[in-house]
Amino acid sequence: MKRLNPSLVVGGVIVGVIVLMALISFVWTPYDATLVTPASRLLEPSWSHWFGTDKFGRDVLSQIMVGSRTTLFVGVVAVGVAAVIGVPLGILAAMVRRWPSEAIMRANDLLLAFPALLLAIMFGAVFGASTLTAMIAIGIASVPSFARVIRSGALQVMRTEYVLAARAAGRRPLPIAVRHVLPNVTSLITVQASVSFAIAVLAEAALSFLGYGTPPPTPSWGRMLQESQEFLFSAPRLAIFPGIAIAIAVLGFNLLGDGLRDRFDPKLEDRR
Amino acid sequence: MILRLIERTGVFLVSLAVSSVLVFAFMAVLPGDPARVALGVNASDQAVAELRQQFGLDRPLPTQYFDWLGGLLHGDLGTSYVSKVAIGPQVFDRLQVTLWLVVAGMIIALVVAVPAGTLMAARHRKLSGLALSAVSQVGVAVPAFLAGILLIVVFAVKLGWLPANGWTPPAQDPGMFLKQLILPALALGLVQGAVLTRYVRSAVLDVLREDYLRTARAKGLRPFQALWRHGLRNAAVPVVTVLGLQLATLLIGAVVVERVFVIPGLGSLLLDGVSNRDLLLVQDVVMVLVLAVLLVNFIVDLLYVALDPRLRTAS
Amino acid sequence: MSDVLTVRGLSVTVRDTALVSDVDLTVGAGERVGLIGESGSGKSLTALSVLGLLPEDVYAGGSVRLDGVDHELIGADERRMSQVRGRDIAMVFQEPMTALNPTMRIGDQLAEAMLIHKTKPKSAARAAAAELLERVQLPTDTLRAYPHQLSGGQRQRVVLALALANDPSLLICDEPTTALDVTVQALVLDLIVRGVMDRSSALLFITHDLAVVATVCERVLVMYGGRVVESGPVVDVFTRPRHRYTEGLLAASDLDTTSRRLTTIPGNVPPAGRFPSGCVFRTRCAHATALCEESPPWSGDEAEGFACHHPAGVTDA
Repeated sequence: MKRLNPSLVVGGVIVGVIVLMALISFVWTPYDATLVTPASRLLEPSWSHWFGTDKFGRDVLSQIMVGSRTTLFVGVVAVGVAAVIGVPLGILAAMVRRWPSEAIMRANDLLLAFPALLLAIMFGAVFGASTLTAMIAIGIASVPSFARVIRSGALQVMRTEYVLAARAAGRRPLPIAVRHVLPNVTSLITVQASVSFAIAVLAEAALSFLGYGTPPPTPSWGRMLQESQEFLFSAPRLAIFPGIAIAIAVLGFNLLGDGLRDRFDPKLEDRR
Repeated sequence: MILRLIERTGVFLVSLAVSSVLVFAFMAVLPGDPARVALGVNASDQAVAELRQQFGLDRPLPTQYFDWLGGLLHGDLGTSYVSKVAIGPQVFDRLQVTLWLVVAGMIIALVVAVPAGTLMAARHRKLSGLALSAVSQVGVAVPAFLAGILLIVVFAVKLGWLPANGWTPPAQDPGMFLKQLILPALALGLVQGAVLTRYVRSAVLDVLREDYLRTARAKGLRPFQALWRHGLRNAAVPVVTVLGLQLATLLIGAVVVERVFVIPGLGSLLLDGVSNRDLLLVQDVVMVLVLAVLLVNFIVDLLYVALDPRLRTAS
Repeated sequence: MSDVLTVRGLSVTVRDTALVSDVDLTVGAGERVGLIGESGSGKSLTALSVLGLLPEDVYAGGSVRLDGVDHELIGADERRMSQVRGRDIAMVFQEPMTALNPTMRIGDQLAEAMLIHKTKPKSAARAAAAELLERVQLPTDTLRAYPHQLSGGQRQRVVLALALANDPSLLICDEPTTALDVTVQALVLDLIVRGVMDRSSALLFITHDLAVVATVCERVLVMYGGRVVESGPVVDVFTRPRHRYTEGLLAASDLDTTSRRLTTIPGNVPPAGRFPSGCVFRTRCAHATALCEESPPWSGDEAEGFACHHPAGVTDA
C-alpha cells in the first residue's frame, strides 16, 4: 500500500465537498437561489443569511450551492468533449505512420492558437451565448492538450514487448488500440481530465463574468462576480464569496491532478 | 541551422494561412448572412441587400476571403458593417493599450517567478520551499479577473492608494498612466507568475540533478555560482516554452481584465464587437489575437535555437 | 615521501545506515593508488567525501587531510572547500556524456577552471586551454566546439583536461573508462597516467576492473561492504591475495581460459546497510566460521595488510 500523498487527499476532499454541495442543492438550499426579495436586498451576513444577500435579495450561500452545479456540469461536458475527441486522436497519432501522424499533431498545434476563452467568445458571437456553446468551446479548446499527452503515453506503450508481440502475431490495429493501448493510458487520461477540469472551471467563470456563459437566472459563480462589480465599494463580500468558491474549486482539481500524477507511476513500461 | 530556420518559418506561415481560412470560414460563413446579422432580424430585405452590395458581401466567398486577406497584408482591416468606420486604426490603438498590459504583466510574472521558483527548487526539502510551493499552488487557482477584483477591493476600496479603474495614455499623463496600470498589470502578472514559478522550480530541480553541475562544483564553483553560470541557461530552455504559452494566456487574460478595470483595449473592442453584432470587427480582432499567439510561438522556436546549441546542428 | 592525502576513520552514512565504515587511506605524492570493489562497496562515496560533494542527506565523518591545505576537509564550509576543489583536488567522473555543460563552448569551460582559481590571467586562459587540449591530443579547434559535437572518448579527454587545468596535487578518477568503447579506453587510461606523471600529481583511481588497476596503479585497496578489506602493492595483492574476497574477485576475473567454467563469487552483494556484523564478507565466504562473527582485526600496516580471520596462503587452522 502506497502512502497517500497530501495533494491527493486535499484535492480529493475539496472535489468531494463540491460534488456533495451540488448534490445537496438539488434537494435543499437555505433559500430559493433565484427568488427575488426586494425587502431583503444587500443584507450583511447573519445567522439567517450566512453569506448575506445580493442586490435582488437573493441568498448568496444558496446561489453558490446551486452555482456549483453549473460549474460541475460545464466541467464534465467540456472534459467529456475534450476526451472523446482528444484520446482517440492521440492514440491514432501514435499508431499511424509518419505523415498522417505529423498532420494530426500540426493541426493540434494550430488549435492551440485558439485559447478556450477566444473560442468561446467566437462561438458566442456566432451561435449566441449559452451554457452549451461555452461547454463545447471549452471542450474543443482542451482537445490539444489531451491529444498531446495521450500520444506520448501511447507511443511508449507501442514500444513495449507485448504490443510488439501482438503486432508480430498479426493483430489488427484496432484491437491493439482497444485491448493494449487504451487500458495503459487510462491513468494519463485521469490526470489530464482533472487538470482540464480545473481549466474548464476557470474558463466558465471568466465567460460568465463577461456575460458569454450561463445566462440568467441560472446561478453561476462567474456571473455572481460580474454582478458584484457595481458593489465593490459598498459590499465587496459579494465578490469575495463566489471568488473564493472559484479559487477553491480550481485548487481542488489541480491538487487532485497533481496527486494522481504522483500516484500513478509515470513509467508506463513498468506497469502491467 | 539554416534548414531549421526555414522549416520553422514555413510552419509559421502555413499555420497563419490555415488559421486565417478557419477564422474567415467560422465568422463569415457560419452565421449565415453578416449583413442580416448586423442589421438585425427586423431589417427590411432591401436594406440588407443594400448593405450586402455596399460591402461586397454578394461576391463569391473565395473572392471575399482573398480580398480580406489582401487587405490584412496591407494593414487594411476593412470597414465595419455596423458603424461604417475603418477598423484598422481602432484595432491599432486598442492593441497598444493591451500590449502595455501584457508586457507589464509578463515582467511582473518573471520578476516573481524566477527568484521564487529557484528558491523553491534550492530548498525543495525545507519548510520554506514547501510553504512557497503551497502559496504558488493557491496563486495558480486564482483567475486573473478574480485577482483584479480582489486587488481593487484591497488597494482601491479599503486602502484608497490606487484608482479602481480607468485608462490614461502614457503620453497624456505618465503619472496617472502608471497608477492605473499597476493594478491590472499585477492582476495579470501575479497569477501568471504563480504558474510560471512552478515551471521554473521543476526546470531548476532538473538542472540541479545534472552531472555537469557536479562537474562545475568539482572545478571549484560554489553551489550558487554553479547554478548561476551553468544551470540558468539550461533551465531556460523548458521555461521559454512555457513563457510562450503564457504570453498567449496573458493576451486572452487581458481581454477579461480589461473588462474588470474598464480599460479600452483589444478585449473591450472584441466584446463590444460581439454585442454590436459587428462580425467583421470580431473577425479582425480574433485574427490579430491568433496572429499574436502564432508569432510568439515562432519567436519561442527561434529562442530555442539561440539557447540550445544542440538544436543548431541538423538532426 | 610526504603524503598528499590522509584519510582516517572515514565513515559515510545516510540517515542511520552506514555506507562506508572506518576507512583509512593514504596516498603519497605522485603515487597512483587503485580503489577496487564491486558496485555498492562504497568506493565512489569514499571519493566524493574527499571532495566534499556527497549527495543530499548523505554525511561523512572522520578525518580527511590534504597536504598543503591547513584545514580538515570533512565538515569544512563551502567557501573553503570550493577553494580546494579544482585546484588541489580534481575529479574525473564516470559519465562523460553528461559531465559537460551542453550550452557552453569547450574553450569557455576549460578557461573557467583556471579563472575560478585565478591560476591564469584572463588574457592567458585561452592559450592555456588550447595547450591543455593539446596535451590530451585534441585539436585546437575543439575550443570552439560544443560538447554534443564530440564523441564520448573526446568528451572524457576534455573532462580530464579540465581536471588537470590547475595541476592538482591529487586527481581522483571514478570509473573514467567504464562508459567508453573498448577501443578508446586504452588511450584515455594512457592520457590519465601521463597527465599525472607530467605534473607529479597523485592519482586515486576507482574501478571494478582489475586489469585496469594492474596497468595504471602501483598500489591497490580492495573495498567490500564499505570497508577496506585488503591493501598492498598491486603485484603482491594480485599474485598473492590474502583476503578471501580478493581471492574470489581475482578468480572471477581470471582471464585464464584453461578452466572453461566461469568462476563467480556465490551470492550477491547485499543492499546497503544489510551487510552482516563481524566480517562483512562472511555470508558469501566458503571459509567462514563462527569466529567470523567478530570483526577481523587488521593484520600488517596500513600500506600493506588485510582484515581476515582465515586468510588465503595459510593452511586453514
